[in-house]
Amino acid sequence: MIHFVLGRLIALVLSLVAASIVIFFVLEVVPGDPAAFMLGMNAAPDTVAALRDQLGLNAPLWERYFTWIFGLFRGDFGVSYTYRVPVAELMGDRLWVSLPLALYALTLSTLIAFPVGILAASKRNSARDVSIMGLTQLGVAIPNFWFAMLLVLAFSITLRWFSAGGFPGWDEGFWLGMKSLTLPAIALALPQASILARVMRSSLLDTLSEDYIRSARAKGLTRSQVLWRHALRNALIPVLTIIGLQFSFLLAGGIIIENVFFLPGLGRLVFQGITQRDLIVVKSVVMVLVLAVILVTFIVDITYALVDPRLRRPAE
Amino acid sequence: MSDVMPVDERGDSLWKAAFSSRSFVIGLALTGIFAVAAIISFAWVPYDPAAQDIPNKLKGFSGAHWLGTDHFGRDILSMIMVGARTSIAVALIAVGVGLVIGTPLGLAAAARRGSLLDDVIMRANDLVFAFPALLIAILITAVFGPSAVNAILAIGIFNIPVFARLARGAALSLWQREFILAARVAGKGAVRISAEHILPNILNTLVVQVTIQFSLGILAEAALAYVGLGAQPPIPSWGRMLAESQTMVSLAPHVALVPGLVIVLTVLGVNLMGDGLRDVFDPRLRRSRS
Repeated sequence: MIHFVLGRLIALVLSLVAASIVIFFVLEVVPGDPAAFMLGMNAAPDTVAALRDQLGLNAPLWERYFTWIFGLFRGDFGVSYTYRVPVAELMGDRLWVSLPLALYALTLSTLIAFPVGILAASKRNSARDVSIMGLTQLGVAIPNFWFAMLLVLAFSITLRWFSAGGFPGWDEGFWLGMKSLTLPAIALALPQASILARVMRSSLLDTLSEDYIRSARAKGLTRSQVLWRHALRNALIPVLTIIGLQFSFLLAGGIIIENVFFLPGLGRLVFQGITQRDLIVVKSVVMVLVLAVILVTFIVDITYALVDPRLRRPAE
Repeated sequence: MSDVMPVDERGDSLWKAAFSSRSFVIGLALTGIFAVAAIISFAWVPYDPAAQDIPNKLKGFSGAHWLGTDHFGRDILSMIMVGARTSIAVALIAVGVGLVIGTPLGLAAAARRGSLLDDVIMRANDLVFAFPALLIAILITAVFGPSAVNAILAIGIFNIPVFARLARGAALSLWQREFILAARVAGKGAVRISAEHILPNILNTLVVQVTIQFSLGILAEAALAYVGLGAQPPIPSWGRMLAESQTMVSLAPHVALVPGLVIVLTVLGVNLMGDGLRDVFDPRLRRSRS
């Protein structure tokens, strides 16, 4: 187990290094002179030179990379060019919108998908199964931002249960904050829940066709006893993978939903960064999101090994 | 060729089986409607999709405007038809990029299993996977500016590891089979074996994945266009129609409903086609269905 964790840990560090190099290269090298890029085409040469100086762009490439990386370790992400505020400060506030939103959506998605998937699998090809599968097929096809618009139309404009957007801040109280995240979380969760329910169903069906399930049935257990006692736990492995993948998707997918609901999260920050050509902000937000994805993948891998000892051995 | 090749020589009957699959036929019909609409739009559209007619703005369904008009009085049906071109082209080319680059990479990795090449390809794949697709798109558009081509690039890059991984996995099991051994004994190199024996045998798997990635591509294109990172005006696109309709949704819901439904139906159609094909290609599933 220690070997396994160590191996995964090395892979984690290597992917982080590789990701940081890619992000640095794409944002600092590809556009040419970042200072000129940030200021736009009509900037005066001495303004560009001043910004170059301020951003430390006169240092060699490798030195700039390491300055950035060591800065990240100390929580120093640089100073936003447009806001003139440390990027870490900008991101700190917004992370407390994006992260709760992703977790909220993930919880909803899991809470919907588990019972629905089990319900469908427990009576294969029944009318219930077929209609559930049809609904999930529809759920997968719906763009979440469009679904978000429909939710606003129904629950904000027509029924007036929720506000159409915005976020009051956690200082205004936990429930008020959660309320303003509810429609965005539902919009994010529904398509994900559809995918998860389908995975849950097919994984359960696969497990239910295994020999040991037949033995358990032969032993005299009822179908539902077999399902709950034996099949469910084994069927969970692929479901866990998808949940792990979904978290990173929700964190990044939140970018679009945040725009629909005008939520002050990382997604809106990254878009403002792009339109204002504030590369320092874009670079840091992207790095933090990638870090989150890689960390989640790592945690999922370790969880697997705990659930299924067979996976601890090297793949072959 | 006298080599033993367990490629499906039931090609014709497979397609016949596909047409007997209900989901395939429904999916094909749905997708077909929008594909045909896109093709017709090259020759004819009811109105110029860019022509504004402010006095007739936000009109509902009528004989003159089947799907109504938007806030500039533009004909929604014409915009949907021309927008279908953008959506289908972006998604199709993006899948093509992934297929054409990813498959050979996966085949090469499988042919040299456990080698440095295999490791490098697979780790590079993991790296791309670590970037959520949307982030790649944002990075690309941040640097190169928003456009349909950059949307293709962004979606395409994400498709590469999907096909590389799939091709490698499917090819690995084939490399253990006798008919491959026979080809090796006959003196064929890894490249020829991959092209002549492995590829034809994993084609079915790839085709099913193409449908999945194509529907994801349509959704991704819509999402990018929605946030202004896709095709730029005046090129109509379904995603941007939704973005423009957002403030209008309480006044004239149809402006937002129509493009959204069109996206849902297209994606649903492609997914159903994929489901049908998978059932037909995978005999194990077919048996369990009957």
